[in-house]
Formats: sequence, structure tokens, C-alpha cells
Amino acid sequence: MAETRYTKDHEYIRIEGDTGTVGISDYAQGQLGDVVFVELPAVGKALAKGGEAAVVESVKAASEVYAPVSGEVVEVNAELEAAPGTVNEDPAGKGWFLKIKLKDAAELESLMGEEEYQNYVKTL
Amino acid sequence: MRYLPLTDTDREDMLARIGVPDIDALFSDVPGGKLLKAPLDLPRTKGELEVERIMARMSAKNTAASAVPFFVGAGAYKHHVPATVDHLIQRSEFLTSYTPYQPEIAQGTLQYLFEFQTQIAALTGMEVANASMYDGSTGTGEAVLMAHRVTRRRKAVLSGGLHPHYTEVVKTLSEMANDDVVALKADVSASEDILSQIDDSVSCVVVQSPDVFGNLRDLKPIAEKAHAHGALLIAVFTEVVSLGAVTPPGAQDADIVVGEGQSIGNALNFGGPYVGLFAAKSKYIRQMPGRLCGETVDADGQRGFVLTLSTREQHIRRDKATSNICTNSGLCVLAFTIHMTLLGQAGFTLLAEVNHANAVKLADALAGVTGVTVLNETFFNEFTVKLKKPAAEVVEVLAAKGILAGVPVSRLLPHAGLDDLLIIASTEVNTDEDRAALVAALVEVL
Amino acid sequence: MLNRQGRPTQAGAASHEDRATFTGNKALQQIEPLIFEIGHHESTGVDIEKPAAFKPRLGSHARQGEIGLPGLSEPETMRHYVRLSQKNYGIDTGLFPLGSCTMKHNARLNEKTARLPGFSDVHPLQPLSTVPGALDVMLELSRYLMTLTGMPAVALSPKAGAHGEACGMMAIKAAIAAKGEGATRTVVLVPESAHGTNPATAALIGFSVKAVPARPDGTVAVEDVKALLGPDIAAIMLTNPNTCGIFEPQIVEIAAALHEAGAYFYCDGANFNAIVGKARPGDLGVDAMHINLHKTFSTPHGGGGPGAGPVVLSERLAPFAPVPFIHVVNDKPHLIETREEAPAGNEPFGRMTAFHGQMGMYVRALTYMLSHGADGMKQASEDAVLNANYIRACLSDLMSLPYPDHPSMHEVLFDDEWLKGTGVSTLDFAKAMIDEGYHPMTVYFPLVVHGAMLIEPTESESKASLDLFIATLRDLAISAKGNDKERFTSAPHHAPIRRLDETRAARQPVLKWVKPAPVAEAAE
Repeated sequence: MAETRYTKDHEYIRIEGDTGTVGISDYAQGQLGDVVFVELPAVGKALAKGGEAAVVESVKAASEVYAPVSGEVVEVNAELEAAPGTVNEDPAGKGWFLKIKLKDAAELESLMGEEEYQNYVKTL
Repeated sequence: MRYLPLTDTDREDMLARIGVPDIDALFSDVPGGKLLKAPLDLPRTKGELEVERIMARMSAKNTAASAVPFFVGAGAYKHHVPATVDHLIQRSEFLTSYTPYQPEIAQGTLQYLFEFQTQIAALTGMEVANASMYDGSTGTGEAVLMAHRVTRRRKAVLSGGLHPHYTEVVKTLSEMANDDVVALKADVSASEDILSQIDDSVSCVVVQSPDVFGNLRDLKPIAEKAHAHGALLIAVFTEVVSLGAVTPPGAQDADIVVGEGQSIGNALNFGGPYVGLFAAKSKYIRQMPGRLCGETVDADGQRGFVLTLSTREQHIRRDKATSNICTNSGLCVLAFTIHMTLLGQAGFTLLAEVNHANAVKLADALAGVTGVTVLNETFFNEFTVKLKKPAAEVVEVLAAKGILAGVPVSRLLPHAGLDDLLIIASTEVNTDEDRAALVAALVEVL
Repeated sequence: MLNRQGRPTQAGAASHEDRATFTGNKALQQIEPLIFEIGHHESTGVDIEKPAAFKPRLGSHARQGEIGLPGLSEPETMRHYVRLSQKNYGIDTGLFPLGSCTMKHNARLNEKTARLPGFSDVHPLQPLSTVPGALDVMLELSRYLMTLTGMPAVALSPKAGAHGEACGMMAIKAAIAAKGEGATRTVVLVPESAHGTNPATAALIGFSVKAVPARPDGTVAVEDVKALLGPDIAAIMLTNPNTCGIFEPQIVEIAAALHEAGAYFYCDGANFNAIVGKARPGDLGVDAMHINLHKTFSTPHGGGGPGAGPVVLSERLAPFAPVPFIHVVNDKPHLIETREEAPAGNEPFGRMTAFHGQMGMYVRALTYMLSHGADGMKQASEDAVLNANYIRACLSDLMSLPYPDHPSMHEVLFDDEWLKGTGVSTLDFAKAMIDEGYHPMTVYFPLVVHGAMLIEPTESESKASLDLFIATLRDLAISAKGNDKERFTSAPHHAPIRRLDETRAARQPVLKWVKPAPVAEAAE
């Protein structure tokens, strides 16, 4: 089963081989409220861990989505352009943002696992 | 003081309720010695009658446009504004309301903003328009910054036909942001070679039509070349009435259109407040500056309007906002939109026709004056003449005779060697007598 | 019982149900379509005579095809916009406690003087010899602003507060460049509680922004500023009184620390109304401050402008003021309109706008100042502060104050701590105020406070008006705490329109009217 890891900024990355699917957690979408727009990077763009990867906007807020790990953008979820609400409805599934080809799998170790993240969210 | 409802008894009661001995106790955070004790060295409260007298005295020292034959333009124009406009914009609910942050009790403002945006889009031939900028010049500065964001380049090319104040505003902003600006030399004959300036480093080309000298410019070839190099065309106008007679910039594939809207609904006001018009292709909407009003529905499904796409703006995006603009030109927008509603396209195109006809009549008459050469091949309601004497001097002499003849180019560009050029505007307010007076005075002076 | 005309005098049996009407109108509240839905392309509300035939000079540029805009006759226009106005809330409607916006009374004398033909009907480029009275207004306004702020110079031309911020920060950038430090001093400090315009302005001018943390008491500490100071710091942008409604107690020390480090102090003057005639920014060490004439000096907000944002400048920044400015020689004012014409000793950084700024607003503001006088302006500030503190004193047992340790200035800030567990949010509370006939306070600003409610009553309210407002908020607060959620979460119930779907507006933006497609015939 694919493993999902989380950042403190509430991005998740689901690992499948040497690529990871990046999105925002269910907690994050709840905090943001109705998502109205998602700005995605160009395919091929090199991202550094912690660097700005995308922007997600609700009516009254705009938040940067940071790259959980370094790597190259190999695919973006073009469906979000027409249906940004998918981020609210299915953040872990159809509401994914982008796929990234991992540069250094070791970077994953600094991220939280499922249980650790859920405990982290409880402290907020 | 007539504007202050509290009585001294109220004040005492309120201080007691707060639990402080005197008003200065509430100013206890003002550092020691910095709290002023006595009123400052300025006059004391005055009654309405006295204030009105003082202001009227200052006003009376100025020559009002309506009082004389008047041909001054170059970015601001004397037009007739229907009485309905000024009456309506002074209704309390418009005049004393705020930016519509609470849409349930601001549908009046929001609906006229939506109407305004629709009108501007139609007039310019563009897909979307915002709810206004401060004026045409600051709007032009914002358009250049927007083009930089869209293209991710930082070099603007400005036509020599752009109003010199607009050029200065763009240069000032760009110098501050360390962006590049290539401003072409003032171009009276509209023959500058702007195309050769466009290459892959250019973010945008800024061209005004009618230009500051009154010439109509062909924007299409500039748009084509700009687009071939990944740059944007920013089309500018200072006389919105021209759009009733000439091909709109949208039909010439402009990417961003900026204009001064003062001519419709707004008085000359010695330069402000005015209203900046700002329109663009809809694909650039998220890079637009300023407020946008959008349609939606309420909880009962009834149509209503709200400010939208606010995440572009400073109050949400802070240092990543598309602009720092907050307060814009609300009431001037209302004046514009009411006047435009009264005109409709039928009245607006007729108004444009009268303006053009009056300017043509004047140009024809001036062409017969020795010492005057009309330089324009094309124009709308404004053109440039070459005089055999320095234009500033001629204007002063004519002003002393009670005629306001136009804008000497040297007023805008003091060291450009264009001292013999005069920019003359003629709108619907000019009568045959006005024109005859100007022609006769010029014959006498030259 | 019948009255003498034989009409019943008793009200009919009251029905609490909202009875639908045929038109959808509710008496004075009329549903008003868009002009595009009621106007016609051939209609017009102006009578313009078609000119005699002439030879056009438009070359190949004549417009082809129609614009696509309807017109309305004059009576239709009048009715349309009057009906729209009736859907708006203004200061003249009722108490408008919008914090940081200073919604004070807009005297109509100001409107009258602004419309005098010598002000409204003069062109910015007509010969200066024909507008001496306009220069008088600019000089007199300058004198008042400089006296009230204790600053030696003023740049009048900025068109609104944010434009004034840009002007002040540009003067600072120019001064830094003149000292040869342009490449190093690139960072501007901005407190977390600042208006969004501050970081946006700094970024616009090419500075990067560093946040200054807020202390738990809602103020900025000089130690926190000192810790951030260095050769890279250009300036601080600090609002005073600050956005939490508190006069920054360490402002003098902060200014001194900045100056010692070679940086400048930009003060956001949005809240100047609290201290006019009570304290002068010039005495506090400020280098530049914009003044919102549409807040402090009562020029109308007009549904979002026009404003005016003159900037007062310190001795150090004065030489860099933009064109145009007035240069007085032998008591005679000269308007300097281009950089080239600037007299020696001036290095204007450029130009903020075409022409000379917001003359219409200068006239209104000057009229206000002349009316009040020095004594009246001082009293106005004191009353504004008194009113805010009175509201605070009467509500703080029910609503929570995040910063109880300092007196409020002209606005009082509450947070939503007191609403916890009620299921009522700050937004809900604001919407319920609408039902009670009030414009809500500023909500969710400043960002440093959770669920902020910023109340600025201004000096224009009588004690009776404040007492009713206080009683209303107390009733609402008790109701919120007493589980009457429905009063809030579905409010407003009595406004011309219910809560609007902002998500829909943002997801599929409809920014102009588009003619609806004809309804297609049903298939088959």
C-alpha cells in the first residue's frame, strides 16, 4: 500500500515508487473553507523542499502550498481549474495537486507519518 | 461646534462611566511631554456663513472654464454633465457609504459597479473591466506592473505619444521597482518607429490613441508584433468620448486597456478626483489590480452582487498582492455610470460626433490663420498646432483677453524644444462664437 | 373605531409571516433590474443635436459596428439610481462603526464649496495666472496639515491612503539612494497587525518585508524593533495609533532606534483622527505619514472613493517630494510641475499622478478644517476617543477585550473569545447587527486577533445614539450566549438581500452582464 507522509504545513505526499502525489490534508481544506482557485506549477518545474509549489485560494484567504520534498513536477491536476471544490470534497483522492518525481527519497524521513500527523493536528 | 453632538454634561457622565478623571487620562499612552495642552496655532471654529465666504473668495480668483471660450485639454476635458448626475451622486446612501464590504446593505453600490464594469468592457471592446483605478495615469502604471507579472519580464516600451505625465508616473514606479523603461521621444507626427523596439525582452508596449497630440494611432500592427514576441499591448486613452467615434482598442487586439474616464460625468476639478478605467482580456483576470464586482445569488436564490476575486488584493495577499490600491474612485464611477446610462450608445455616439465636428470646424478655421499650422492628419476632438511664436506666451496673452486657448507643449515638456506647439481641444461645449473669438485673437496676436 | 374621515385607525391584524408580493417588491424596497435589462439601444436621456454634415478627420479609425450599450430616459435613470441608493447604508442612515475607516459626518457645506465653479470648473493645465485661488487652497491646506502634524513639508498629490504610502516610501527610497545605500537597505519592517496596504506598498516599491511581532499587550516593543535593525533595514511602517486602537507607548524610542540605525520611520496615518490637536507626529520622530483626507478630514467615502492621501515629510525627506509642489518665492506661489524645473535643493523622486492631485478633496478638507478650527478639531479627537472608550466600558463585561491593559484611542477592539462554544461567529454577529439597523464594525481585522471586531464610533455620535447602540449590542451578546443561534447564523433577515454566495462568485466569476441566450425550444 502506498505510504502517505505529511508536513507541518498540512501538505501530504503519497509515495508510489519514485513519484509522490502532493495535495493538502483534510484538516487543511477544512481550515481554508471553500476552495475557489488553485494555481499549479508548470510540468517540468524543479521544486526544492519547502519551496512554493502551488497556491490554493478560498474566498477570504490565499495559502502557499510548499513542496514536501525536492523534485521535478511530472503531472498536475488540471481538473482543479474547472472544479476547485474537489479539494474540499476529496482532498486525499481526486483533489490532489501535483505529482513530483523524487530527487532524494531520504527527505521523506523528516515528514510525519499518518498517526503522527493526526496527533499533531489534535494539538492545534 | 455644530458637528459635535456631545454636550459637556454628556462628556462628564461618560468619563465617570469609564472611570477616569479627565479626557487626558485616556491619552496616557502618549509619551511624557508629547501630549499637547493648548490648541494649535490655527484659527478657531467658524460658522458656515464665514467659511463659505472664505472659500468663495478663493474660488472667485480663478477663471472657470464655463466663463470663457475654452479649448484646454491634454488629458482632461470640459464636457457638459447633465444635472441628474450631480443630484444622484449626492444622495446620502451613495455619498456617505463605504466600500461594499457588507454586501447585504451595499447592493446599490455593488450593482452600479457591475453596471460600470459592463459599460467599460463594451466601450473598450474588452472582456473584463475592474471597478476603477484612481485615474488614467496611475492606471497606466498599474497596467505596466500587471504586464510584468503576466510575462515575467520587466521592461516596458512607452510610445512618444503617451501623455508626458503618464510617462513620468510609469517611470517613477519603474525606477522604484528597478524595472526597465524605454520611453520614446515626444512624437508629434505619430511616425515613431515603435515596432523596432519590440523584442523578446519586452514585457509590454504602451501606446496612447488618440495620443497626447491628438493623433489617432493604428494599434493592430503593434499588437501583432508584441504578441509575436510574447509581449502585451497596453492601449491608453485620455479622452473616453473618443470611443464613440473610433475603433476601440479591444478590436485591435490590445491586451490591457487603460483610460481616463473624467470626461463622462465628472468635472474638471483642477485635476482630480477623476476615474481610471481598466480593462483586460479575461485570461489575465487574476493578475488585474483593483476591485472586481461579481454576480452571485443569496441564500434565497435571489440575484445579488459581491466584491470577488479578493485574494488578489492587499487586504488578503499583503506583500504578494497585485496592487496596493484600496480606496479607488467609487463616487466618480457612479457619476460616470449615470452619465453613460443617460447617454446610451445612441447619445454617446452622437456626443462623439459633435465633438469631432467641432474640432474639425476649429482646425479648418485655424488652418486659414497665418502663423498657425495644424499638424495632425487625423484627430478626434483635439489636435496640435505649430505657432510662429512660443505657445506659452501666446496662451498668456489670450488668457488676458479672456480666452483659454489650449495647452502649450512646453508646459508638459519644458526642455523638449517644442515651445512653438499648442494642443487645442474642442468639445460639445464650444460654440461658433467661441471658435470665432479664438481665431480672431490668434490673428491679432500672431 | 373610526376616525373622522371614516377610516379605520387600528392597524390590521399583524401577520408575522413574510407575505409574498406579486412584484417581489416590499414597499419601499424595490427589486431593480440592471440597466441592460430595462434600457434600449435606441433610448437616450440626453438631447444632442446632430451636427451638420462635415468631412471627418478620423482617417481609417472610424468605429465600425455598434457599442452594445442601452440608454435610459431621464425619469427612468432617476428612478433606477434612486432605487439602487435605497439598498445602501450610509453614515446618514445610522451609526457606522467601521473600525479604521473613520465614518464621520460628511458636512454638506464641504460639498457646496467643492462645487464652486472656481474649484470644480477649472482645468489643471489652464494658465496658472488664471488659477491663483486654486494655489491658495493648496497652500492653505498644506499649512493646516503641517501645523497639525508638526512636520515641515507635505506632498499633496497622492490620490488615496495607499497611494500616499507609496509616495512616502518612495521618498524614503530616494533618500536612501542619495546616501548611496540603495543596494543594501532593502528591507522594510511591518508589524503583523498592519493594514494589508503596508506590506503591499513596500513590495510595490521593491522592498522586501520582514514582520515585527506584536507583544501580548497589542503594542510594538522597541526591543523587538532593535533586534531586527541592521544595515539592511530601510524603514519601518508603523500605524499609530495602531490597528488595535492603541497609541504605541514606545513610539519615540522606536523612532530614535530607527534613526540611530540609519533607517526611516513611515507612520501610517489612517488613525490620525484620534490625535489631531492632541499629539503631533513631528514630535514623535516620524519621517513620513500619509493623511487620509477621507477619514480624518471628512471628505466623503463615496462607496469606496475618491479619497486623497497627502503625505507630510520630515526635513530629511522633504527635498525628495514628488512633483508637482508649490515653491514660494517672495510670498508668491509657483507650481513646480516637472523634475527639470525643480529649484536648487530639491531632488523630486518623480511624479505620483497626472496633474496636481485631488483638488476636489482639498477643498472639502479645508472647508472642514476652517469650520472646526483648532479648538474644534481637538474637541473632535477627544470626543472620538471618549465615544470609543465609553462603548468599551459599557460592553467589556459581556464581550472580551484582547488588550485590556491600554486605553483605547478612537476605536475599541474586541475578539471572539466570548463567543466560544455559542456556535455564533464574528461574521454571524456582524450580520445580526444589520437586522438591528446598524452597519457592522470592521470584522476579522486586525489579523493578530482571533475573530476581531473593531468598533470606531467617531465623534459624530450623540450619547443617546451610543446608548442605543450599546443596548443593542448587549441584547445581541446575551442572545448569542443564550443559545438563540438562529438570530445570527441566518442573519440578516431584514436586509434587502440575504447572505450572498461568495464561493460561487469566486469560482465562476461573472463580472459583467451578458445577454442571456434565447431559451431553446424543448427537444422533440
